Amino acid sequence: MTQEIIIAGFGGQGVLSMGKIMAYSGVMQDMEVSWMPSYGPEMRGGTANVTVILSNERISSPILQTFDTAIILNQQSMDKFEEKIKPGGTLIYDSNGIFNLPTRKDINIYHIPAAKEAGKIGNIKTFNMIVLGGFLKIFPIVEMDNVIKGLKKSLPERHHKLIPMNEEAIKRGLGVVETIQTV
Amino acid sequence: MGELRLMKGNEAIAEGFIRAGVDAYYGYPITPQSEVMEYLMLEQPEKKTGMVVLQAESELAAINMVYGAACTGKKAVTSSSSPGISLMQEGFSYIAGSEVPAVVLNVARGGPGLGDIQPAQSDYFQSVKGGGHGDYRQIVLAPSSVQEMYDFVSIAFDLAYKYRIMVLILSDGAIGQMMEKVVLGDQIPRMTNQEIKDKYDSWAITGRTPGREHNVITSLDLDQENLERHNHHLQAKYREIVEKEVVFEEYAIEDAEYLMIAYGTSARICHKAVQLGREKGIKVGLFRPITLWPFPDKRIKELSNQVKGILSVEMSAGQMIEDIMLAVESKIKVEHFGRYGGVVHSPEEVVIALETKIIGG
Repeated sequence: MTQEIIIAGFGGQGVLSMGKIMAYSGVMQDMEVSWMPSYGPEMRGGTANVTVILSNERISSPILQTFDTAIILNQQSMDKFEEKIKPGGTLIYDSNGIFNLPTRKDINIYHIPAAKEAGKIGNIKTFNMIVLGGFLKIFPIVEMDNVIKGLKKSLPERHHKLIPMNEEAIKRGLGVVETIQTV
Repeated sequence: MGELRLMKGNEAIAEGFIRAGVDAYYGYPITPQSEVMEYLMLEQPEKKTGMVVLQAESELAAINMVYGAACTGKKAVTSSSSPGISLMQEGFSYIAGSEVPAVVLNVARGGPGLGDIQPAQSDYFQSVKGGGHGDYRQIVLAPSSVQEMYDFVSIAFDLAYKYRIMVLILSDGAIGQMMEKVVLGDQIPRMTNQEIKDKYDSWAITGRTPGREHNVITSLDLDQENLERHNHHLQAKYREIVEKEVVFEEYAIEDAEYLMIAYGTSARICHKAVQLGREKGIKVGLFRPITLWPFPDKRIKELSNQVKGILSVEMSAGQMIEDIMLAVESKIKVEHFGRYGGVVHSPEEVVIALETKIIGG
C-alpha cells in the first residue's frame, strides 16, 4: 500500500502541521513516510502545500507531480492540483473559500465542511484536525491510537493540553465528511 | 535498533554532528540549511558533550574557525548553502594545502549568484572539481535520504581523518527540508585531549611534546621544489582515494538496456522514474554515485558495455554528465536531463526525457 497525498491551502491553515501529524501517525504504525513541504517565501496568507507519502515499502521519490489523494483548502490550490490527481484517485475539499467546485468525473470527490465545524467548536485552529478526521474516515490507513500518538509526538510538550480538543476535532471530522461522487 | 525519529534532513545531520562526537560547529545562517544551527542551538550540546556551537560573523570566519580547530586535531564542521559555500572556497583550498581533516555540509540551492532558496544540484562542478585555487581534491558524499544525512556524518569524519582531507557532504534543499524516519545511533564520546595527542601527535598542534620537533601546519611553502614535492604527495594521496573509496548504489541494473545516472534528490526521483519506465516495458536501471569524488567511473565504463544509452539526470544544466562521458569514452549515447534554477523535475518528466532523448533519439 502506498498513498501519495498533497495537502494544499493557505499558510496559517495548518497544512504543514496536518501533514506532519499524518507522517508521525504513519511512523507510529511502522510505515515508511516522507513529508516534503513547499518551503519558501510563503507566509500566513500565502499558499502552502506539503506532499506526504505513507507506504509499506521504501519510498522512492518524495517529490511528485501526480497524487493518489489531494486535500484542497483554497481556490488557488484547486486550480493547481485538481488536474494532478491520478484517475480513480481522491479529492477532498472544504467549500469554504472555494468558488469553482471540482469538475472531474474520473475521481472520487468528498466535501469536508471543516471551517464551519471549527466555527461550531469555537476554535478555528481545530480546522486542520477536522480535515484530518475527514481523510481518516475515507482512508482508515492509520489507527486512531496511532494518530493520537502522532499528535503527541509532533506537538511540543507545552501544547499537550490541547490534545483532547484536537482529538475531539478529528472525531468531528470523521462524522461530517460528505460523499460528492465515487467512481 | 536505535532510537527512531521523524526529522528534517537538516535536523538529522545536526543530531549526527552531536552523536558523532564532533568538537565544534561554526556556522552562519542561510536558507535552506538554517535548521542545522537552529537545532544545535536548541539542543545545547555544550551541556551534553561539551561540543562548541558558535555563530560566526561570516562564512569566511566560520570556515577559518573550522580550519583552526582542525589544526589541533579536533573534529570541526560547518554548514552552509551554495552562496555561502562559494564564500568558503579559500578556506577549502587552505585546508587541502595544509592537509587537515574537516567536514563541510552544503545544502545546495538554485544559482548562480544569490539565486533562490529552492533545491538545486548546480554546485557539482564546484564540489568535485574544486572551487578554490590550486591542485586539490576533496571527497564529496551525496546523501539521498534523511537517514543518509545522519549516517554520512560518521563516514565523513572517518574519511577526513584517514586521509587528512576535507569531506564535503553535498545535499540540497529538498533533502534538507523534507522529513523522513531516521534511526539514530548511540552517542560517540568526544575524544579527550590526551586521546587526540596519542592518535594525531605526528601532525596536530597539541602543545609541546618533549622529544619531538614542533609540528607546523601551513599551506605556504615559498620553495618551489618543496611545493612540487608536497603536490606530488597530495596527488599520490588522491590516487589512493580514487583506488579505495568509491561508493555507489545500483537499482534494477541486472537486465537493464538503458541507464539513468543520478545522485541525491535526483536519484530518489529516478528511482520512481525507473518504476514508471518498467511499468511501460522499458528495461531501465538506476546507477547512483554516492561518492561524487572519487567518481565511480570504472563501474560506469563496465555498465556502458551492457546498456544502449545513459540519461544523466541532475537538477542542473548538465554538470555530472561530463564525468559520465569521460567514463563512457563515447561508446554509447549519453544525454542530460534536468530542471534547474530551483525547479525540481518530476519522475514523469524523467521518463519522457528517457524516451525522447535516449530511446527514440
